[in-house]
Amino acid sequence: MAKTIMTVDDSASVRQMVSFTLKQAGYEVVEAVDGEDAIEKLDDAPVNMLVTDLNMPKKDGIELIREVRSRQQYRFMPIIMLTTESQAEKKQEGKAAGATGWIVKPFKPEQLLAVIKKVLG
Amino acid sequence: MGTFSRAFKEEAEELLLDLESALLDLAESPDDPELIDRVFRSLHTIKGSGGMFGFEEVVAFTHEFESVLDRVRDGDLPVTQELIRTTLQACDLIRGLIDGRGDLSADVADTVGTLKSLCPPVEGADAGTWRRSDGPLVTYRIEFQPMADIFTFGANLLSLLNELREMGDCVIKARTGGIPSLEHIASQQCYIGWEIRLTTDCSLNEIRDVFIFVEDRCALTIERTGEERRIEDDRPGYAQSRAGDHPVEPTLRQEGTASIRVAAEKLDALVDLVSELVTTQASLSQRTSLQTDPKMTAIAETVERLTDELRDRTIRLRMVPIRTLYVRFRRMVHDLADALGKSVDLHTAGDETELDKTVIERLNEPLVHLIRNCIDHGIEPPDYRVALGKPAKGRLHLSAEHAGHNVLIRVADDGAGLDPAIIREKALAAGLMDADDDPGESEIFSFIFAPGFSTKTEASPVSGRGVGMDVVKESVERLRGAITISSRKGEGTTITLKLPLTLAIIDGLLVAAGAQQYVIPLATVESCMELTPAACRGGRGRQLLNIREALIPYVRLRDLFRVAGDPPAVEEVVIVRLSNVRVGFVIDQIVGEYQTVIKSIGRLYRDARAFSGATILADGTVALILDPHRLTEIAENDEGRRFREEKL
Repeated sequence: MAKTIMTVDDSASVRQMVSFTLKQAGYEVVEAVDGEDAIEKLDDAPVNMLVTDLNMPKKDGIELIREVRSRQQYRFMPIIMLTTESQAEKKQEGKAAGATGWIVKPFKPEQLLAVIKKVLG
Repeated sequence: MGTFSRAFKEEAEELLLDLESALLDLAESPDDPELIDRVFRSLHTIKGSGGMFGFEEVVAFTHEFESVLDRVRDGDLPVTQELIRTTLQACDLIRGLIDGRGDLSADVADTVGTLKSLCPPVEGADAGTWRRSDGPLVTYRIEFQPMADIFTFGANLLSLLNELREMGDCVIKARTGGIPSLEHIASQQCYIGWEIRLTTDCSLNEIRDVFIFVEDRCALTIERTGEERRIEDDRPGYAQSRAGDHPVEPTLRQEGTASIRVAAEKLDALVDLVSELVTTQASLSQRTSLQTDPKMTAIAETVERLTDELRDRTIRLRMVPIRTLYVRFRRMVHDLADALGKSVDLHTAGDETELDKTVIERLNEPLVHLIRNCIDHGIEPPDYRVALGKPAKGRLHLSAEHAGHNVLIRVADDGAGLDPAIIREKALAAGLMDADDDPGESEIFSFIFAPGFSTKTEASPVSGRGVGMDVVKESVERLRGAITISSRKGEGTTITLKLPLTLAIIDGLLVAAGAQQYVIPLATVESCMELTPAACRGGRGRQLLNIREALIPYVRLRDLFRVAGDPPAVEEVVIVRLSNVRVGFVIDQIVGEYQTVIKSIGRLYRDARAFSGATILADGTVALILDPHRLTEIAENDEGRRFREEKL
């Protein structure tokens, strides 16, 4: 069965790009616009992996990661955060919160897939 | 070096067979990139190991071969019949070079010329298309000890190790010293670390990148070891197929199948030992059945069960899938059809069906014969087939399946089929039957197994005049198998071979003559009966039995083996069917059915041709296994003329 990946980003273009790339590679994709939306959708249907932006309105990426990680069901799930070169501190914060890895924006579809393969197996 | 180069030859033969079948597949589906890759892998391995064992010519030639296929892979050379033909020829040449068959330099030059003429000139330099330079191979020693809570960050250590594996030659050892005793284990913690030895042309940074997400949650050291070497072959073709789409080397792939090559003698020695064990166990069982100690009986029963399983497993070690035969046939069918101007599709089924290696080896010849017959006599030329409303391409179907202790192998074609009327006529002319006989269809078909029988009026260069069906039948029977034929005129012919799974075990009929016991292979036994005076016909000197209106010659084992003493009042006779002959063996008494492991009787007794082996009975005495074919021949020589006249 195809694995389901959730992409969380407030930028529609990033969401589309991630979603399109993942679908092409055969994954199921669930989109969410921010942390709150993500949590709601996670309650509806479980996912195998999370790809999230860090700066988002309402609930940001760091909080989302912390909250997801605290749930028994998602303790071991791979979580990838999208960061920028200048966000070294945010990256540390994200790692501390429980992120598995990160991708530095801007990135190419191949890079995204390589990282997903790395963590999802 | 001798044994190494033998291993190389064996391996090369397998690779060549694989190469050939990939090329033939490619002819059918030229656009399949997977097939091109398969061709490359085989060729590349031949080239690589050829270099290691000093087959310089092979290396040079396969290199030329590779560059042509490279163009095919890049899509600027179409797969044509001519290309396939030339590449198949190239396979033969490689085989010749490896076997050291005389001076082939002229042929090599020739084929290289043809290969090159197939390639249109290259536009511009093709350098720069190779993705990775052939940098130095460096061996790194990596120690990787993740922190215990690493999983709670979603890290996937397995895919991380796999990533390393894809970078080159990689040996991964787990450090298990940190695993606490069971009661202290927290199931979600990581207690294992790894030591990795990686030989790669990737840079240190590329290796570090693998660990990028986990580097601050583990103890990691990566250091270069002293050993370094350059890739010896710096030709671009080498570098590309090495670093191209297949990061994993073919040899690494093969490790996945985890098989071991063992010399046949070692297996034979094991089979011998096991058969002695079986015998010893049988004596044990017999002894324990005479006493009343229940514990002893239980032990004997366990030993029996274990021995049975050990025997079966040991015998299975000698079994190889019939696929190893099939691959040879694909090439043959292709060439034959080509030579005869026919178009034939070979289908195979049951490729994984296993048979004893000896049976497989000895099956090759009869099957080659049958396949030749199918293509030569069975399958019609394409235009003729179209006129008949059949598809232009003939269909040849090879299948194998297990049926109890036997394997059924079928060779079927959708060709012209056998015409019972013609066979009948020929059989009459050859004196195989009388004009007023009315044999059934299957009996009529079985005439084609008679020596010298042919329905073809003209000899053809491929399968001759049908000489050989009798040979096929005999070789199958020597394997203790049987052959049957079914056919429908205009629709095709199916020939079925029924063979024992292994030659190491025999289902036999244990009989006694005098004090000595013998085993007759059960597959040949047709019936058993008492030798009544009424059944004996023909008077003195003519030993014939009258069974259901048929006269059957018989031999007294007592006479043949010069057994002393008087026979019992009532003797018994075992009727054996061989090819088209029935022979009776008269013995004192039938003991019963007996399944046994065959032991060879050794070189000292090789002139004792009446026996195919020996077995040791539960009480420790030896029973000889009769070879009914040889026995009949011997009896024939003894009885001379009288015997021959009465053949059916």
